[in-house]
Amino acid sequence: MNKIIPVASVLVGLLLVWYIAAYFLNAPQAIALMDPDDARNFWLVVQAAFSMDRPVLPTPDQIVFSLADSIFDYPLNSPRNFLLQTMYTAGTALAGLAIGTLAGILFAVGIVHSRVLDRSLMPWLIASQTIPVLAIAPMVVVALGNVGFTGLVPKAAIVGYLSFFPIVIGMVKGLRSPEVMQLDLMRTYHASQAQVFWKLRWPVSLAFLFPGLKVAVALSVTGAIVAELPTGAQFGLGARLLAGSYYGQTMMMWGALVLASLLALSLIGLVRLGEAGLVYRRGGRL
Amino acid sequence: MSDVVIAAEKLNVVFDTGDQPVVALSDVDLTVERGDFVSLIGPSGCGKTTLLRAIADLVPLSSGKLSVNGVSPDAARRNRAYGYVFQAPALFAWRNVVRNVTLPLELMGMAKAERERRAAENLALLGLRGFGKKFPWQLSGGMQQRVSIARALSFKPDLLLMDEPFGALDEITRDNLNLHVHSLWRQTGLTSVFVTHSIPEAVFLSTRIVVMSARPGRVLRVIESGLPADRNLEMRDTPEFLRVTQAVREALRDGHSYE
Amino acid sequence: MAARWCLAGAVVLVVVLGMLAFGCSVAALVFFARRERLMERLASPVLFGFTLIWLWEMMVVGLHVPFILLPPPSAIARAFVVNISMLAMDFDQTYLHAVLAGYAVGCGGGFLLALAIDRSPFLQRGLMPFANMVSAMPVVGIAPIMIMWFGFDWPSKAAVVALMTVFPMLVNTAAGLAAAGAMEWDLMCCYGAGYWQILIKLRLPAAMPMIFNALKLNSTLALIGAVVAEFFGTPTRGMGFRISTESARMNLDIVWATITVAALAGSISFGLIALLERKVTFWHPSFHRRNSSS
Repeated sequence: MNKIIPVASVLVGLLLVWYIAAYFLNAPQAIALMDPDDARNFWLVVQAAFSMDRPVLPTPDQIVFSLADSIFDYPLNSPRNFLLQTMYTAGTALAGLAIGTLAGILFAVGIVHSRVLDRSLMPWLIASQTIPVLAIAPMVVVALGNVGFTGLVPKAAIVGYLSFFPIVIGMVKGLRSPEVMQLDLMRTYHASQAQVFWKLRWPVSLAFLFPGLKVAVALSVTGAIVAELPTGAQFGLGARLLAGSYYGQTMMMWGALVLASLLALSLIGLVRLGEAGLVYRRGGRL
Repeated sequence: MSDVVIAAEKLNVVFDTGDQPVVALSDVDLTVERGDFVSLIGPSGCGKTTLLRAIADLVPLSSGKLSVNGVSPDAARRNRAYGYVFQAPALFAWRNVVRNVTLPLELMGMAKAERERRAAENLALLGLRGFGKKFPWQLSGGMQQRVSIARALSFKPDLLLMDEPFGALDEITRDNLNLHVHSLWRQTGLTSVFVTHSIPEAVFLSTRIVVMSARPGRVLRVIESGLPADRNLEMRDTPEFLRVTQAVREALRDGHSYE
Repeated sequence: MAARWCLAGAVVLVVVLGMLAFGCSVAALVFFARRERLMERLASPVLFGFTLIWLWEMMVVGLHVPFILLPPPSAIARAFVVNISMLAMDFDQTYLHAVLAGYAVGCGGGFLLALAIDRSPFLQRGLMPFANMVSAMPVVGIAPIMIMWFGFDWPSKAAVVALMTVFPMLVNTAAGLAAAGAMEWDLMCCYGAGYWQILIKLRLPAAMPMIFNALKLNSTLALIGAVVAEFFGTPTRGMGFRISTESARMNLDIVWATITVAALAGSISFGLIALLERKVTFWHPSFHRRNSSS
């Protein structure tokens, strides 16, 4: 609770800086467009700088209102409706996340239970993390497009690949985290390998699954946006970003960016909620 | 049949560590009869934990004969003949106290009602009534170790193996837990093997004390306690008690000068 | 339809396998740095890598996968050699300019920012939630706005990279500065050490493992940021530009050659930072060699 005042003050400070910056960045253009008489009036210049069609830096209220306009003034099936675009990107992110998480967990189980997989696959998985995976996005889209897969499949594949790594790394660590004593204990009970997995390894590993999921979620939204760039499609926040960039539509870019951030934050929120639920069931600790 | 629960003959355990083999146990003989409370005591590295782990089939034998409950350690483990208490509680943090105690019963496929009845019974035995819904980290170290003893007892084993269970606890808690273990043994008559490096603890709890020495790990002497079966903490200041303590200390010292 | 799915599955599989194969150099670096019996430990990943590349070549040739879908490794190697000067130009544009400049500004800025707010718990409590939030956001989406502000050339990409790397560095440095133990702190106070002495003698060294974590994470982020930012617009050179245009032109061999360059650049910089980390934080428990008897 002792966080509220500092966070609020920093928020106010950031907004203040934003508005001041918006004034200085937009004012020259605003003045150029204004009646020279009005340009001498500071408040008129401020007003003009804060309400330009294509500002260098839009003010927060401009972004909020333009988003509200797009959501409430256009029907939900119109490409101009940002909610539709966000849902589109969210669908890609979630589909890919599901693939990546499932594959990640399965690979981790394999690696933990097989020495061969561990020795041969694990170093590659770690190594490939240093590679700019997102860079192959346009190529995957083009290659899969050539076999007739457009739309969700190539994008979900990219997101799945991206979110796969944090999950598999986290889960391998998690499935290996039982203490030697706990494993010995299971041995004294003559527990089967399946029992050791479900009663010990899996519950322990959940504490590692959630941090991995948070990273994966953040990556999945970025991945979904980048995957939308090369499709030339009308849909998705990535496509909106690109279109805004082509046509110099500042508000479109900012709107897409803000919604993409909100999408990422709310997906992370969902993960946190799941984590909190588990923590609650475990009496307050993961 | 026989009343011998553990019979070890010329037991050898050698660890292959890469540079040179380490002899953890050398020609160890040991007999534990039903109802015995046997303590293994000695300096660190004397193989007392290894001996216990060999009995529990957690360490493979290099040579020698070992039978637990009349069968091999492996078969005894499969029959779930013994409960094992580790140096640390080794409780599962995501399970509450009751579900920790019922863990082995779950693995054995016991019905839920029976599991919970057993858990309640064993928790009561260790003075933990009312703590069933707590999670391990909400309990003190001493209570955690009591939960782990309750867990070891839950499936009614023939034998209780304890590996320095109170080594990490402070002396006051340790006294309290010694009383718990003693009254447990008095009530159930459960054959127990107890590893410790505390002389008063060994003397207070045991009917017999096996003194071991290091490099290589071997049995120096077996001391019969001869103290009355019913014991209390005040006893520790009596001449009889001190005499046994003295005997153990001398045995340990002999082992030291032997080096 | 079924054949289409099969082919697509093969493509996805091979792309995944291919990306794994490109981690080769880092695998080598990581293992050079850590293992004792090198040949033994290297054997399986290297063997696995060769198997992958061989499998790739065989699958592409054997299944008659069209070239525009997935080129065989041999074709990629050829494209690499033929287009070496173009690849060098792209590398210069994207890596030597955008990535390095942005990385330096971002990491330096994050570090200085952390020091600046170090003396104000109020600012720390207020700023840290925002910094953590930003790490979860798709920061790379700011690229079109940076292009609008800083133009098409590399400075706009450097700005994206700087924005992507500044917050991880800020968060990690702040956490690192808080990592010094209370006992060591008390000891310094007993010596009558002042704020700056404690900072330099105790807290910065203690913070180094966290700072290096951020440096390593950021080296990956920086390359991704620069390449992806180029997807939004760039002069006719740069690795991101090359990947997106040559993908559209179906010249997948050049795309894969560019990805090879990116992978090599990424892994070598990561390896160098890891090496530096070993020199600086040799005292950290994670670098202690494990006792062989345990």
